Amino acid sequence: MDKKAYDMGDIDYHWCPGCGNFLIMDILKETLTELDLKPEEIVLVTGIGQAAKMAHFTKMNFFNGLHGRSLPVAMAIKAVNPELKVIVESGDGCTYGEGGNHLIHAIRRNINVTNIIHNNMVFGLTKGQASPTSQLGYVTKMQNLGVFVEPFNPLTFAIALNASFVARAYCGDKEQTKEILKKAITHRGYAHIDVFQPCVTFNRLNTYQWFKENTYYLDDSHDPYDRVEAFRRATEKGKYPLGIFYINPKKTFEENLAAYRENDMPVYKRKRDLEKVSQKLLSFV
Amino acid sequence: MRTSSFSLEKKDDVSIVICGAAGQGIQTVEQLLTRIMKSAGYNVFSTKEYMSRVRGGINSTEIRVSSKRVAAYVDRIDLLIPLNENAIPHLKRRITNETIIIGEKENIKGAFECSECEVEVPLSEIAEEVGGKIYSNIIAIGLIACLCNVEAEIVEEFLRKRFASKGEKIVNNNIAASRRGFGLADELKQAQKIDIELQKNPRVLDELLLYGNDAVAMGAIAGGCNFIVGYPMAPSTGVLRFLSGESKDFDIIVEQIEDEIAGMNAAIGSWYAGGRGMVTTSGGGFALMSEGLSLAGVTETPVVIHLAQRPGPATGLPTRTEQGDLELALYAGHGFFPRIILAPGKIDDAFYLSQKAFILADKYQVPVFILTDNYLVNLYYNLPQLDLSGVTIENHVIKTDKDYKRYKLTGSGISPRGIPGYGEGLVGVDSHEHDEEAHISEDLHYMRIKMVEKRLKKLKRLENDVVSPELIGNGNYKTLLVGWGSTFYSIKEAMELLEKEEISFLHFKQVYPLHPDTSDYLRKAEKTVLIENNATGQFGKLIKLYTGIEVDAKILKFNGLPFSVEELTEKLENIV
Repeated sequence: MDKKAYDMGDIDYHWCPGCGNFLIMDILKETLTELDLKPEEIVLVTGIGQAAKMAHFTKMNFFNGLHGRSLPVAMAIKAVNPELKVIVESGDGCTYGEGGNHLIHAIRRNINVTNIIHNNMVFGLTKGQASPTSQLGYVTKMQNLGVFVEPFNPLTFAIALNASFVARAYCGDKEQTKEILKKAITHRGYAHIDVFQPCVTFNRLNTYQWFKENTYYLDDSHDPYDRVEAFRRATEKGKYPLGIFYINPKKTFEENLAAYRENDMPVYKRKRDLEKVSQKLLSFV
Repeated sequence: MRTSSFSLEKKDDVSIVICGAAGQGIQTVEQLLTRIMKSAGYNVFSTKEYMSRVRGGINSTEIRVSSKRVAAYVDRIDLLIPLNENAIPHLKRRITNETIIIGEKENIKGAFECSECEVEVPLSEIAEEVGGKIYSNIIAIGLIACLCNVEAEIVEEFLRKRFASKGEKIVNNNIAASRRGFGLADELKQAQKIDIELQKNPRVLDELLLYGNDAVAMGAIAGGCNFIVGYPMAPSTGVLRFLSGESKDFDIIVEQIEDEIAGMNAAIGSWYAGGRGMVTTSGGGFALMSEGLSLAGVTETPVVIHLAQRPGPATGLPTRTEQGDLELALYAGHGFFPRIILAPGKIDDAFYLSQKAFILADKYQVPVFILTDNYLVNLYYNLPQLDLSGVTIENHVIKTDKDYKRYKLTGSGISPRGIPGYGEGLVGVDSHEHDEEAHISEDLHYMRIKMVEKRLKKLKRLENDVVSPELIGNGNYKTLLVGWGSTFYSIKEAMELLEKEEISFLHFKQVYPLHPDTSDYLRKAEKTVLIENNATGQFGKLIKLYTGIEVDAKILKFNGLPFSVEELTEKLENIV
């Protein structure tokens, strides 16, 4: 695979110069290249926000839907055609705010998709309001007394729901993030990757420098199959651990569906037998 | 027993009502009785009214047993079986001097206030003799079956089948109970001259007995539906439950979703990937779907919505009926995009239109509504077998080539629809205004205009494919009754009772877009009478908007109950 296969060519990017989204885009393209996934095999499902525009800046199938609503769409696509590789990508506001209920249930269902969340702890597209992950005391024009609601912790949340795969990465570290992403994409089941990313325009607190100084990697001693330990590490503040926190292999949503228990063929390929429909109608005599 | 003989209003069309609390077995009686009557060769119809609670309260089921086809609710009660003492007060508006009330002493004690025909039957006492109080309902079934001249063998065969899994003793007790019911009825017939004279028709035996819900669900299957999501909400859940049962046999993905917002988005996602998805919901749930409906509109993704109406606003009357959400279905969703609203009035329509909904959604890449209501989805009657010979499952999905553009500008406004993973092309869809390749576009002077025009063109095009309204009665009418959806049979039967040549009835089974002949039908009439199960005449407003014609009179009902044949007859008599 050639990384250029995902390039859109000479297009007008909507992102600010220096935006972390460029780094994540590059990481995504390289990851997909190294996994040898063709653009035709992938569907990128996104919501609304700056991160969600990834669908327009990379070349592959895409469904750029509504704010917060990517996961139900992704669930359906994967269920109808499990042969597709479904990746969901959106920001912290879209995923943890507007889409909160869908996130709970996507994790519970264990839909077989990769959910990449660009977490820059601020609303970019609507110009600098607090997001669910903004830190306490963070002052914006909207939150002019500083944020006083508890920041959302996506990792403890996902681990509490017994998610199948939970990780955190930092977009400033290409190689490590690629490795995490590869494991997430090849993981069978729901994979949640919260990616720290600076917003160079609106978030003057959580900068490249700040992320560099306030993160470190989980080392080999961490057992990702230990849920309690994973949860404990996910609660750490001050310096935030990066890496794969939790892996919980289990049956996926599609595998559990009646339509796939005895038949692997994607549902969309199966033909409806009208003779069988007639037979069924006769049962109402 | 206060009268020496009974005289039914109609000897060949009997309305039987069973009334009691939730949990007292009304449904079991109804299911057994309707099937027994059908097996005897009688036409049957059943509708129920019930409270939004799991136990207690007061519910009733009406079963019409008739020599001719019946499919509408009547107020009249010929035979009433009260299962508790609240039954008679609950139904007193419908009980007349001709209503025969059969039941336990304490359950019929209020009867003298409204009827002169109560018959005390110690059902519990006899049931205890047979094997326990639980057999009371079976005694009642035997009694009614015998009054209607059904052979004992038919009843007993049903009981054998129904209770086979519970062992021989239970089967025998049930048969004994039924026989006691037959004994009671024989006495009554001799002493009281109960004069039911139903005609048997062997044709009925081979007919279907299909709920509105099941017809919608079976139609969906026949339309190729392979994906359904829903959040349980009366009265729409039956379709989800039905398809859940068929999931394995018919390769259908079924999921009880976290909320209706997710439901609509998932159904759209299913079509994007090549599936044929639907949602089933009621007004409150659909309100949550309107954002997603707009997404279907802009992405030009097909989707089928079964919207089973109940009275609102908000939680309203969860288990009652109304045609109150036509305007909701019509105007839901921000921005303009074409849509289709189908409104079946009969069980066979519910099947064929539900089937057609999938074909139309796919063909025009628009949302298609199947607009039913609580009354329609929860009623059933016998009808001829459904003919699938003319049914095909069209599929308009194309295999993409390398240069595929999802929103390619075409003369018709319809762009060939590809799906991801089928062909060499890439398939993108976008909630923003977009260009031909589905990428965000703010080209206001060209692309925005082209895309708006494209969606408008689809509306023009689908206007050529509208389901015709059905004219009942004479083509040379002076008065035209106008109705839509579930009121079909109530209006039809009421009109037939009036026996006036100059009155005809125009029933709309597609309410949007309106059929191009609508205006001609209405202008031909000297007087138009709109009949709707809502407070404001929503369909009348729609007719005015698109034809400029204001109806002359309106009959509206909005207390949560369906129109009865009698009240329509009375109101129509006053008007025409």
